[in-house]
Amino acid sequence: MRHEKTEEKPVISASASKGDTGVYRRLPMPARYAINAVVVLVLLVLGELMIDGGAINRYQSTVLEQVGIYIILAVSLNIATGYLGQLPLGHAGFMSMGAYGCSIFIIRTSEALGVGARDFVTGTPMTLLLVIGGLIVGGLCAAIAGIIIGIPALRLKGDYLAIITLAFAEIIRVVMLNIDDVVGFELTGGAAGLTGIPGFSSFLLVFGCVAVVCFLIHTMMKSRHGRAILAIRDNEIAAEATGVNTTYYKTLAFVVSAFFAGVAGGLYAGCVGVLQPAVFGFMKSIEILVMVVLGGMGSMLGSAISATVLTILPEALRAFSEYRMIAYAVVLIIVMIFRPQGLLGSYDFSLSRIIERVMNRDFPWRKREASPADEKSGEEVSVDAER
Amino acid sequence: MFENVSRRQFVTGSAAAALALGLVGCGGNGGGASEGGDASGAIKVGIMGPHTGDNSSYGLACLNGTQLYFKQLNADGGVNGKQVEPVVYDEKGDATEAVNAYNRLVQEDGVTGIVGDVTTGPTIAVAKASVTDNMPCVTPSATAADVVTYGDNYFRACVTDPEQGRVMANFAVEQGYKSVATLYLNGSDYSEGVNAAFCEEAEAAGITITAQESYAEGDVDFNSQLTNIIGTNPDAILVPNYYQDDGMIVTQARAQGYDKVFLGVDGWSGIYGGSENYADAADLHDCYYCCAFSSSNESEIATKFVEDYEAEYGETPTNFCALGYDAAMVLANGLAAAEEAGLEPGSDDYKQAVIDGIASGTVEGVTGSIAYEGTGDPVKSSLIITFAEDGAEETFEVLEA
Repeated sequence: MRHEKTEEKPVISASASKGDTGVYRRLPMPARYAINAVVVLVLLVLGELMIDGGAINRYQSTVLEQVGIYIILAVSLNIATGYLGQLPLGHAGFMSMGAYGCSIFIIRTSEALGVGARDFVTGTPMTLLLVIGGLIVGGLCAAIAGIIIGIPALRLKGDYLAIITLAFAEIIRVVMLNIDDVVGFELTGGAAGLTGIPGFSSFLLVFGCVAVVCFLIHTMMKSRHGRAILAIRDNEIAAEATGVNTTYYKTLAFVVSAFFAGVAGGLYAGCVGVLQPAVFGFMKSIEILVMVVLGGMGSMLGSAISATVLTILPEALRAFSEYRMIAYAVVLIIVMIFRPQGLLGSYDFSLSRIIERVMNRDFPWRKREASPADEKSGEEVSVDAER
Repeated sequence: MFENVSRRQFVTGSAAAALALGLVGCGGNGGGASEGGDASGAIKVGIMGPHTGDNSSYGLACLNGTQLYFKQLNADGGVNGKQVEPVVYDEKGDATEAVNAYNRLVQEDGVTGIVGDVTTGPTIAVAKASVTDNMPCVTPSATAADVVTYGDNYFRACVTDPEQGRVMANFAVEQGYKSVATLYLNGSDYSEGVNAAFCEEAEAAGITITAQESYAEGDVDFNSQLTNIIGTNPDAILVPNYYQDDGMIVTQARAQGYDKVFLGVDGWSGIYGGSENYADAADLHDCYYCCAFSSSNESEIATKFVEDYEAEYGETPTNFCALGYDAAMVLANGLAAAEEAGLEPGSDDYKQAVIDGIASGTVEGVTGSIAYEGTGDPVKSSLIITFAEDGAEETFEVLEA
């Protein structure tokens, strides 16, 4: 796909780049969004066609759905770790809030509206509305939990924040376990688990959500709110001195992170079909954190790639099931020794930036005499990263 | 040209390569799905369970029992002259992994039937996924009611938690106990399920439930709950938990001077005489629990199983080993029915024939005779086990279904 573009673009920009007038040609913003949107759509349609055509079987598409869910989780945790620079250990707690919130909403409303579980598989406009509503409700549940924990927790830093978020995730898990006895009717199903969740997750839904989530996070980080968050990461005192409301922005980043974790939780519920509080333990939080750290804190593409690899790796190594946990651990150790800043550090992929370079004949193998500030063009929503 | 490649570009390239490799690894097996038995004529059967992680003791016990049965079956000539080839996948006790393992068994390995899953949560996830394939599955030990309700294709070899509670309630009525107290693990679907069913059944039969106390995971001191319970002076105490906790509860209750009856369910299996003793033999008098299998059972088929198992693995089989063995037997019975009909392995008719074969057949398993009467829940006998003076298990009574 990228090759086709390299053929087309030079025609337009041929005259300008020759001149070496020092004018670096840029793509206008609407064009950037349009290009990225088209690429996302093409990839989604391509994926869906491959599934329909049988080139990707159900086993592979289920694994792909899980990849998408973990990408959302990793990218959302990246807001709090990579951009805000904190170390929360309770992401699984927000995920479970979203999962339970979304499934309970969908189960109850579909009962009230008389929508059967079968309809979710075939997909009617009504179920689509229900699912989107459910995902938003799940996200809101998680966001509320994020506000509750964020306000007291973000007064702390480092280890203390890690411990308090860890404890809060445990509180959520124990509440899920015991809330039925407290409210007096069946809400979460307790230890036996919540069953009867329709299997609403599909390739299209999951990766549609991945695209939307990546877009929203990207635009947020490009806005002044995102810049304020980055400023807090780099130097909190300096940020405060320049008038950034640190408490507000820390809580904002934390809540947005929780919201998207909740959305991922909702998709997880639709993918697996049964929820047990035990699943959302401490290890799940660590699993997500490892994805972010491995990919590079502050890199959306890095989080997406490591979420993809770490979800597929255990599946690909299933044939060597005795050794796969060792292989998984060895990969982690090697990366941490040779690239402690993570696979990609804080690099982010931008399709527009590549196109601009091609337009300006600025190829990596050329001598970089007047290297145009590629940092300025920033991280564009990484379309390919979502795969 | 490579000397100009910067470190950043190198890293980007290697990351892309890693991603590509990962995707290839995932897709590498695509299209290789063989439909049921391959050229050699073997019948592929899936076995799945938690073979690593927290629940691995159950998963491995079931796995051993299941593999022992298929090994013996193959030695006897297999099903209809065809060897059975088990494909084993570990799901680490995780529902997501279980769904992946299931999809892989069906789509990549092309199995004709599955023994699994072992624990409740993953089994429900697999049961939901298996309905669309109509894949015959037999779970050795998942006890939640939901498991067999999604489709006709799921069967279980064990009885449900509530059923065990009812069995013990009937036993209590039979023994003439007037008042019973309970002490169960809060947050465990197993303990809570048995407790609720026992209380309901017992109260309907006129037994007074004097106290329902609970404790939390990891507790080691039960004295305060036991003081409350003993204060109500019950004829018996129901302790529907796993053996480590049960051992401590019995010991502490006896130390407080309680010398009446304890009732339990199959979680008690292994409390004495296994790798470790969790209670003193002297304290285990008047303890009764129900379970599907005990190595003390003197029926011919059970004794032979114990001998074979000890010869194969060098240890005494537990309840889960026996259930794994029986689950394999149930599935093999269905496979035999389909093979007799001469159907093509892997076809929809074949799967349906296996399911019909299981549903209509009766097998004489080591945990009693197993038959299905229109549901995936077995109709089977259960044993009431008690302890001799030296702590050895004794079969007190066999309750027919």
